[in-house]
Order: sequence, then C-alpha cells, then structure tokens
Amino acid sequence: MFQYFPHTGEDIRRMLERIGADSLDALYADVPERFIYRGEYDLPAAMSEQQVRDFFEGLAAKNPKLKVFAGAGAYDHYTPSVIPYITSRSEFLTAYTPYQSEISQGTLRYIFEFQTVVCSLTGMDVSNASMYDGPTAAAEAMRICVSQAKKKNTVLVSATLLPQVLKVMEVYALNAGVRLVRIPAEGGQTSLQALGELIAAGDVAGAVVPSLNRYGIIEDHAGFADALHAAGALLVEYCDPSALAVLKSPAEWGADVAVGDGQPLGIPLCYGGPYVGFMACRQALIRKLPGRIVGETVDKDGKRCYVLTLQAREQHIRREKASSNICSNESLMALWVTVYAALMGPEGLREVNEISYGGAHYLEQQLLATGKFEKVFDAPFLKEFVLKPLVPVEELQQKLLDAGFFGALKTEEGYVSFCVTEKRTRAEIDRMVNVIREGWL
Amino acid sequence: MKYYDKLIFELSRPGRKGYSLPENPYGPMLLPAGLGRGSKAMLPEVSEPDVVRHYTNLSQMNFGVDTGYYPLGSCTMKYNPKINEEIAAMPAFQGLHPLQDEATVPGVKAVYEGMDKALCAITGMKHFIFTPCAGAHGELTGLMIIREYHRRRGDLARTKIIVPDSAHGTNPASAAVCGLEVVEVRSTENGLVDVADLEKLLGPDIAGIMLTNPNTLGLFEREIGRIAELVHACGGLLYYDGANMNPLLGMVRPGDMDFDVMHLNLHKTFSTPHGGGGPGSGPVGVCAKLAGIADTMQVSGFHGNFGVILRAYAYILSLGREHVKMAGKLSVLNANYIKESLKDCYKLPIGSVCKHEFVFDGLVDDGSATGKAGATTLDVAKRLLDFGFHAPTIYFPLLFHQAMMIEPTETESPETLDAFIEVLRTIAAEAAADPDILHQAPHGTPVSRPDETRAARTPVVKYTPAV
Repeated sequence: MFQYFPHTGEDIRRMLERIGADSLDALYADVPERFIYRGEYDLPAAMSEQQVRDFFEGLAAKNPKLKVFAGAGAYDHYTPSVIPYITSRSEFLTAYTPYQSEISQGTLRYIFEFQTVVCSLTGMDVSNASMYDGPTAAAEAMRICVSQAKKKNTVLVSATLLPQVLKVMEVYALNAGVRLVRIPAEGGQTSLQALGELIAAGDVAGAVVPSLNRYGIIEDHAGFADALHAAGALLVEYCDPSALAVLKSPAEWGADVAVGDGQPLGIPLCYGGPYVGFMACRQALIRKLPGRIVGETVDKDGKRCYVLTLQAREQHIRREKASSNICSNESLMALWVTVYAALMGPEGLREVNEISYGGAHYLEQQLLATGKFEKVFDAPFLKEFVLKPLVPVEELQQKLLDAGFFGALKTEEGYVSFCVTEKRTRAEIDRMVNVIREGWL
Repeated sequence: MKYYDKLIFELSRPGRKGYSLPENPYGPMLLPAGLGRGSKAMLPEVSEPDVVRHYTNLSQMNFGVDTGYYPLGSCTMKYNPKINEEIAAMPAFQGLHPLQDEATVPGVKAVYEGMDKALCAITGMKHFIFTPCAGAHGELTGLMIIREYHRRRGDLARTKIIVPDSAHGTNPASAAVCGLEVVEVRSTENGLVDVADLEKLLGPDIAGIMLTNPNTLGLFEREIGRIAELVHACGGLLYYDGANMNPLLGMVRPGDMDFDVMHLNLHKTFSTPHGGGGPGSGPVGVCAKLAGIADTMQVSGFHGNFGVILRAYAYILSLGREHVKMAGKLSVLNANYIKESLKDCYKLPIGSVCKHEFVFDGLVDDGSATGKAGATTLDVAKRLLDFGFHAPTIYFPLLFHQAMMIEPTETESPETLDAFIEVLRTIAAEAAADPDILHQAPHGTPVSRPDETRAARTPVVKYTPAV
C-alpha cells in the first residue's frame, strides 16, 4: 500500500462485502467500458519522501539567488518569522471554509480582524474576506461600477495602472461586455483633465486609478472624486496597502471602492503567488461586494461570535444572480497579512516605508550620479522609480544578473524601473551601483 | 475546544511593538503636502508574544483535516501531506520575483512543465495553464476560452451555456460573470442529465455545456458519450468541472470523454490544504485546438499560485504511476461503504452505486403521528460536531429538500468510517427518542448556534474601539 492510504487488503475485502461488490473495479460498472483508462499513466515512478525532497532541492538549486531591486506589483518586504509559524498551524492550514461557525471561530475571527485591518488602512467602511489577488480585485471592482450604475457601461482605467492589472481587467471586460477606456497619463500620472473630458463624453460608470502607480509615482487625486460623483460614477482606488500607512487613504481621496494586493504586507515573492487581493467599499455598496464577508453576532447563549454573513449575494445561494462567482479566496494569506499588521503596528509600517523611501531615493541619486541614466518624471515617488537608461537595457540587466542583482525592469516605454525595500542594505545598493558604474568604463 | 474571546485589537496598548527592523540609515521621509495620510491607521500595538499566544488561542477554536474527519460532499477534504509543506516553504522558491526572466528560474520552469505533463497524463487533456487561483476562477477562465474560440470563428451568436439543475453554484455564477446566459437542463428521476431535454435546448446559440462527472449526486453520467456527440454536433464545446475529479483519479480521463476544456482543483484532488478557504489553484486543461487560445489568457497578476502548484507536484511525484490508480478507487469504496451502512436510517433517494459521494435526503420518517422525522438535516449536521466530526455539505444539491452530501476521501481509514457510521446511527436514534438534543446541538463547541439573522440585519464587519 501507500503511506496516505490506510486500507489493508483485508479492509478492502470486508468493505466490498458490505457493499455487495466483487471487486474495486465493480464499483465502476456504471462507467461505459470505453471510458475506463486501461493504459499506463505517463507519470514518473513513485518517489520516496527523501527522493521527493532531493528532487525539489535540485530544482531549487538551479535558480540563482538574486538580490531583488524590482517591484512592479511584487515587493520584497521582510517577513517576520512569527508569520509562517502561525500560518502553518494545521488548525488554520488544513481547515475548510468556515461554514460551520461553531468549530471555525479561529478562521472567522482572523478574517474579521483582516477586514478591520483593510478598513483601517483604506479608511473605508466595509471589507470582504479577500480576493485572489490585486488584478482580479480590480476586475471585480469594475463589475461593481457597472452594476451600481445600471444602464452605464463604460469604466475608465488609468494608463498608469500596472500592466497586469490592465490585462486582467481587459479580459474580464471583454466577456462581461464592459467598455474599458484608458485615461491617458500626463507627466507619468493619471490626467485629471483627460478624466474630465472622458466623463463629459458620457456613459461612465466608474474609474479605476492607482494611488501608487506603475512608475512608482504617488499620484495626486485631488478633484477625481468630485468629477466622477457629479456624473454618478464611482471612484475606485488601486493601492499598495503597505504604503497606505503613510499615504493619503482612498477614503481621504473620496473613493467609493478600494482594491489592491496584500502582498506588500510581508508575503514572500514566491514567483507570484499565493498572494491576497482585498476589496473595501463605502457602507452603501456592501451588498455589491463579491465573495465572503464575516460578521459579528452572538450565539444562542449570548456569547460574542462570528459568522459568514450576507450570503444571499453569493454563488452557492444565488447561482447566476450572484454578485460574483468567487468561492475559495485566499483565506490563509489573509491570516498572513493580518499577523503581519499585528506585529508591525502603525509604527512598524511607517518605519518600513521610511527605510524603503530612503533607500529608493538614495539609489536614484547614486544611479543618476553614474551618468548612465536620465530622470524621466519630476514627480514624488515612494519606493519605486523609473529612469531613462543611456546604456543598452539588455546589457544592463545582464550585468546586474551576473553580479547577483535583479533590477532594471524594462517598461513599455523603454525606461527601467528599480525598487528598494527595507530589506536592501545601503551596502547592497552601493555594490549594485558599482556594478553599473564600472560596467561601461 | 475552549472559548477564547479576544480580538487582536483588544490587546493593543500604545507604545508596544512586535517588530524588529534595522535602523534607518537615510534621512527622514519628505512627502509633498497633500499626499500624506491625515490620520494614523488603527492597527494593533502588541508585543511578539502577545501575537503568538493570541493566534495560537484562535487556532484552538478551529477544526481541520489534521483534527478530524470531514464528510464534505464535493469538497474532497483529503489528507494534506507534510512533505508538500516543506517543499513549498523552501527559501529558494519563496524568494523568486515573478517578473524574473525564464532563464533565471530554470527550476520553476521545470515545475510548470512537469505539472503540465502530469496533469495531461491524468486527465487526457493536451495542455494546462496555471494562472487561475481557484476552482471558480478556473471555470471562468475555461468559459472565456470557449467564448474566444467561437469569437475567433466569427460565431458570435453563441451566447448561451447549458448547466444542469444539479450543478455546483459556481457553474451558473461563472457563466454569468463571463457574460453568458444560463440555460438549465433537467435531471431525470435517476439523477442524471435528461438527454431528451438537452436535445431540445441545443442550437446555434449554444456556446457549450458545463458538466461535472460524476455529478453532484455522485452518479456517473453514463450517457456522456451521447451528450458529447450531441453538443459537438450543434457546434458547442464541453466544459468539465473538475471539482468531482477525485473518484476518476487513475480510472477515467475527461479528455477521453471528449471534454474540450476542464479545470482541476489542486486543493481537492491533489491534496493541497484548503487553508480555511484558500489559497487554492484551478489549472485549466484544454484539447489541442484550444491550446493557443488558452495561452493568451491572463486572468491573474502573474503565474497563478506557484506555492500551491509546488505542493501538488510533490503529491503527484509521491503517488507516482503506481499509486495514482488506487486513489480514486479507494475514495469510491469509502463512499459506497458509508452509503450502504446507513441507508436504513437515512433516506437514500437514489440507490445505485455511487462514485466519490452520495446524497441522503434527511432522516427516514420515524413512524410518529406526523409521519415526519423529528429533526432536520441541519440538526443532524450540528449534532455531528458534538461527536468530533465536521458536518457534511447540507441542503445541496437543490434537488432534495433535506440533502446531506457525504464524501469520504481515500485517506480515511475504515475505523474512522465505522466511527462516523456509528455516530450517525446514534443521532438517528436520538432524533426518534429526544429530538430536542438535536435541535439544541451543538452542545460541546466553543460557541453554540449563532444568531445569523442578527448578523445579516445590521452587519458588523469590522472592530470599532469602544469610546
């Protein structure tokens, strides 16, 4: 037998006898013979546990270890050791969706805490229990705009949103029949004037704009909410929740919905996932939220407890009339960022931003001082920025890789972007700059 | 399980901290006026031991696969192997940036290629993509692929999708998000797709059909060959909802049944943990003619949930070609064993051999004056919690009023099943003798039945500090 299967030969015989079947194959008598696969499965032979470990260690060793100076939607912030310790507890890890609230108070409570963290950072009234990631959360926000506006079908999206956010929104929009229109950028930021003109053209249900954009620029959204609200449209802010500890919150910009990816809150890069999307909104929109929401109540003895609530929005109740098709979300990653937020608190998150800001501005100065880059935008940035390279980009990237650095991501315009988090030391920055300085003597 | 009544916010004291960061070697942060936050975000201020103890206490109010048996129909709560966790936690994988060039991540490339090949072998499909993050996300992606196929052929009239009345709720919901109109096909009295009804629905406006096979009653759709011919003849495509793939693991391949598109739930069939509701992974498999379209679908930020895909790959390599053939069979053995052991005290509306799951329609009538059982399916489910078992999936599928959908997986031992059977018999006896025990259940859990009406009437979805 196999270590995950408890059945002995005698067990199988006894069980078949109770069922009244001659063999295990007889349990498939209802399957037409032509659909039973009689061939050999083209799979490797079973590996022992040690062989499995050796196999993956071999694969892991093939990937060179690099110091990350890249962002673009995935940020290399520090993960305190407490987090994986807590999230790997099997009571959290191996639990099902908390439909049976009496034996799921652990999961329900941390989701309630997660919702509170999201509301605190965004300043919004209500949050759901999580989304798959930032881009899908933005796509769902687009659907809320159209659903709320009833007959209007155009959603504006800033050209400064991350490329992957635009791509995911586009495929959702194409199939949902939503018209997505780009708001052009001016000086690397969403243009308020262009937004006004697009609103004036009519049919606008909402606009999705980034508070920290694809160039790392901190956008100024003064006037955005007024312009949209005057036309009966919603303002959706796409944001980095880590940065929200220091940046003006979506609520302060007058947003109706806030979405983004929780990854910067201490989730490892892990080649892109699992991460966790979030979505928060004004109270009035709560019944438009997709997916699960945890609410507080009392049990029949009056004890405070938590349950999945407002389920009449969801697919298992409403089927094709549900607010979304989302079922499983990213619960364990919601726990991950909740524990992170608890450890860091308001001061820790502020320090993370300060060190990242300091490092990024120091790196920018040092890079400009090499004479191999030019400044592109005269706009405030936090931890990420773009420069125009005066040396060939592919050569630059290769020299960095050879020296053990991953940075200088190429943008669509041919610029290069760099990102610095609190994990990068000043010595690492100096070493990387040296590689560039000495690369083209 | 004991009751612990704190929220992390209630442990907060100004000035406490739970982090350790390096000194800031740079100057102060200078944000332009108007871009900085006006008021500080309310986050907990707690020490590291506070955090560890709080979440450890919360965890002790939770049930998991490692705690006990989940008979949850359509959820395939199998054992989550620990070696998989070790692999997913390797720093050499966790530190990789998703935008790294393929040349710098050959080990990752090997994982995706190995998984593609293995899933194709197991399902008979020709190519898999891994960007969908969960089952419903896979359904949506699969439907987007189907729409794109028709679109590229200029066949724009195909705006309807056929879904059985017994389908998982995500099927019609995914179809709606994909902009398709849902047309329901009836089930026969035997719980299978009514082929005569299906024929009436087929036409030039049909994009395809979504099926799970075995269906949500645990019954194999034996007319699948005929269904595939009919749908293909009308120009539609077949979508396979892989939520119920487990009993077919090592026995039957959706590709051989002529499905064009399918998804798998790696957090069901391939043993990755459910995590209290995710992260999952819903890779989508397609037939050869759809491979090019599938590769264009970017439905999430980067490459899907790589950490989950790693775990599933470790599971497949552990099983190997030798043991994959037993997984499905043992899950079917377990399901039929429970069904046959309890059908005298729980109503079995459809008695034929089941696959991985089956549905009871509540307790058998108790012979009292009202002719009704003394307790509902909800009561039975709640009473099960007192005996250390999770509840089954209840009130689904919608075909039966008192549905209890039970799925044991292959990793449950006969002793566990016998204990579960014994408890369900005890509960049936209690329902006849003193149903109030069931009405008031559960009795031994950290909290009793919650006031759900109150939760929904005035939703409180975040903590607000007392003034």
